[in-house]
Amino acid sequence: MNHETESMNQGRRDFLGAAAGVSAAAVAPGVFLHTPVANAAPRTDPVTDMHRWGLLVDTSKCADGCTACVDACDSENGLNLQAKPHGQDELKWENQRAVWIRKVKLQDNLTGHVTNLPLMCQHCEHPPCVDVCPTGASFKRADGIVMVDRHTCIGCRYCMMACPYKARSFIHEQVDHKLTRAPRGKGCVESCNLCAHRLDNGDISTACAEACSAEGHQALIFGDLKDPMGPLRKALAKTPSRQIRQDLGLNTGVRYAGI
Amino acid sequence: MAEVMTKGVLLALLAAVLGVGSAAYAEEVGDFVLPSSKAAALENCVEPTEYMRRNHFELIRHQRDETVYGGIRGDSHGLSGCVACHVGYDDSGTPIEIDAEGQFCRSCHAYASVEMNCFDCHATVPRGEAWNHEVAAAHAHLTGSAAARPTAAER
Amino acid sequence: MKRIVYREWLLQPQRYWGLLAILAAVIAIGGLSALYMEHHGHWVTGMTNSVVWGVPHVFAVFLIISASGALNVASIGTVFDKKVYKPLGRLSGLLAVALLIGGLLVLVLDLGRPDRLLVAMTTYNFSSIFAWNIFLYSGFAAIVIGYLWTMAERKGQYLQKPVGTFAFLWRLALTTGTGSIFGFLVGREAYDTAILAPLFVVMSFAYGLAIYMLVLFYAFDADGRPIGPAMLKRLKNLLGLFIAAILYFTLIYHLTKLYGAKNDGIETFLLISGGLYTGLFWVGWILIGGLLPLGIIYHPELSQRRDWITAACGMVIVGGLAAMYVIIIGSQAYPQEMFPGYNVIQFGAPGDIGGQVAPYSPSFPELLLGLGGVGIALLITAVGVRVLQFLPESLADRDVDPHASARSPA
Repeated sequence: MNHETESMNQGRRDFLGAAAGVSAAAVAPGVFLHTPVANAAPRTDPVTDMHRWGLLVDTSKCADGCTACVDACDSENGLNLQAKPHGQDELKWENQRAVWIRKVKLQDNLTGHVTNLPLMCQHCEHPPCVDVCPTGASFKRADGIVMVDRHTCIGCRYCMMACPYKARSFIHEQVDHKLTRAPRGKGCVESCNLCAHRLDNGDISTACAEACSAEGHQALIFGDLKDPMGPLRKALAKTPSRQIRQDLGLNTGVRYAGI
Repeated sequence: MAEVMTKGVLLALLAAVLGVGSAAYAEEVGDFVLPSSKAAALENCVEPTEYMRRNHFELIRHQRDETVYGGIRGDSHGLSGCVACHVGYDDSGTPIEIDAEGQFCRSCHAYASVEMNCFDCHATVPRGEAWNHEVAAAHAHLTGSAAARPTAAER
Repeated sequence: MKRIVYREWLLQPQRYWGLLAILAAVIAIGGLSALYMEHHGHWVTGMTNSVVWGVPHVFAVFLIISASGALNVASIGTVFDKKVYKPLGRLSGLLAVALLIGGLLVLVLDLGRPDRLLVAMTTYNFSSIFAWNIFLYSGFAAIVIGYLWTMAERKGQYLQKPVGTFAFLWRLALTTGTGSIFGFLVGREAYDTAILAPLFVVMSFAYGLAIYMLVLFYAFDADGRPIGPAMLKRLKNLLGLFIAAILYFTLIYHLTKLYGAKNDGIETFLLISGGLYTGLFWVGWILIGGLLPLGIIYHPELSQRRDWITAACGMVIVGGLAAMYVIIIGSQAYPQEMFPGYNVIQFGAPGDIGGQVAPYSPSFPELLLGLGGVGIALLITAVGVRVLQFLPESLADRDVDPHASARSPA
């Protein structure tokens, strides 16, 4: 069987070689995107709780006016392909389109100090959205990523009522253009999945953190909360950090320093 | 009397058309694979053709849960692989939506009158694929040129 | 005591069919609205990622809690052995089922993927109150239908008390569950309190009874059946008690919230600065839905008059819809407080709402869908009373409880 598959793949490769000229435009973007990490390999075993993925946001490094993380997320997850329905009000559409990560600017009521931070799904250990979902479509993957199984989501939006972070979006319109790695359709709810497609290919990164580093800010550190030697845990050990709505005891996977 | 005859003729004609029609369809089954798609150049699908005709959805659905809950995208039974290989191309080399009239998925599903709602959410042309066996195959070829990381390719 | 005789509704055919035609039209318009919303997607409604539940939920929740409240009349007769309420029991059961079906249809048709209803019926997450409610609702319908059978069938009479008691407990669970849908949402300031559950229970008592009384009055007037003054007095006094209970629990709800300093924001919003929501709270929920009907019900003269009592029932319903609007939509419009002590200057792109009150204006299709649900409930009731023996021939005092009317002058 293995041998058979191998020869089949060989056939494909040969064919692709011949067809490369024709289809390069269509296939290449996907090919180039995230495969080249040296030891990257798509996983063959189901994810386990050996890892728990998370982020540290250092708000002191988050630059005012910079939207690199938001832009990167938009193109990584096809959010920039959403089209405003014809005749819809511009501002209302901004409140209806799907948003996975947003830049938030805060001012301390007393001191006037201004803080910038990106806000996305906080990937709680005890996610309220998962508790309330009637069909179980909203779920937490073994590696701590909270996401929506679109195949069982009925669009009741109870998870959006339950989420303390306004992290979820409902797809209000017919979606004509989407990426293969980010399916999207009218009537379901979705939110940040920590670029699960990258992780599943062995690429330990998220579009937002990568873009933040590329800008030279390093305000976002992505990594494994369960790896004491990993970059995330090292950064967390050095910096005092907290959770947004820490009072709720949700044990979020995204932590913030400087608020 | 004439009326009866007319009716008879009409019925016979109808029967003939239906008969010929179904015969023609019967011949065509299996020919929904588009000549412009990569699949056309291959011996058979990821499993024997006859098996795929009957059971492709079972495979896709099984893979779907593996992917959504287990994060396993490397198997060859995923929908994105189907699209990558079976999508047709127009003369200019642009992929045509696989659920469009006359395209692979649509034409067979129309023939079998089976509802299909994968593409309510899933992409109908290969675009921004994460990983599937098609990408891997292509990658094996192009790996040299992909050493640099042009992530902006799509932005 | 006389035997109670039940008879089909004897409305003149042209009036009856006219009524059905009107209801059918309302339902058809509601159905078309739902189709329109599903076809285009929810962007054509007023709903957004900030206000995710709109007017359809206002109607759906109102109808569902009214359904359990409408059953109360039967419960009082069977569970608490108040003989005078016995003749009212059948209509009570029918109305409960009808309102529930109307409410559920609205709820389902407002889903993002109503075509996946089967998924909702077959895949359960038992930590979700919503999933429990699916059981509570469908179980409620089944139990009430059984209850109706025990009331109508002589052979089933001995089961009436146990089934009625079970139905009563079930409906308490149902409304508690509906209230808990909101009460257990920790992430929103207006919810996150267990008092929403009992508040919903007393609301259901009042709204269900108000609808019951309106339907009863209309049906009885239409084919000239009498309702005695003592019966009228009982019903309106009961309604008065329930309205007072709503006001009491509303007070407790706000006192609880006001006590915690962290809730100052939401309380100021709901009670003082919330614009439409503040107006709906004071004028709709408190005045029209509470104080005015209470005034009518306990007014020495107005309380004797059927038209005034009818008006009071109508006010309770209007007030109830206003209360639902405030509870469901007002609480979503108010920004989620994620950063205490900070002012949110910017939240995503302009138009993306965070840290400020979210705009919401209901669209017509939403409203029409909600009204369609009301139409369904009334249509089921109208057909039910017409073809089966739900309505007692007379609710004149001497027919219902001769001793009571002899004892006390109405």
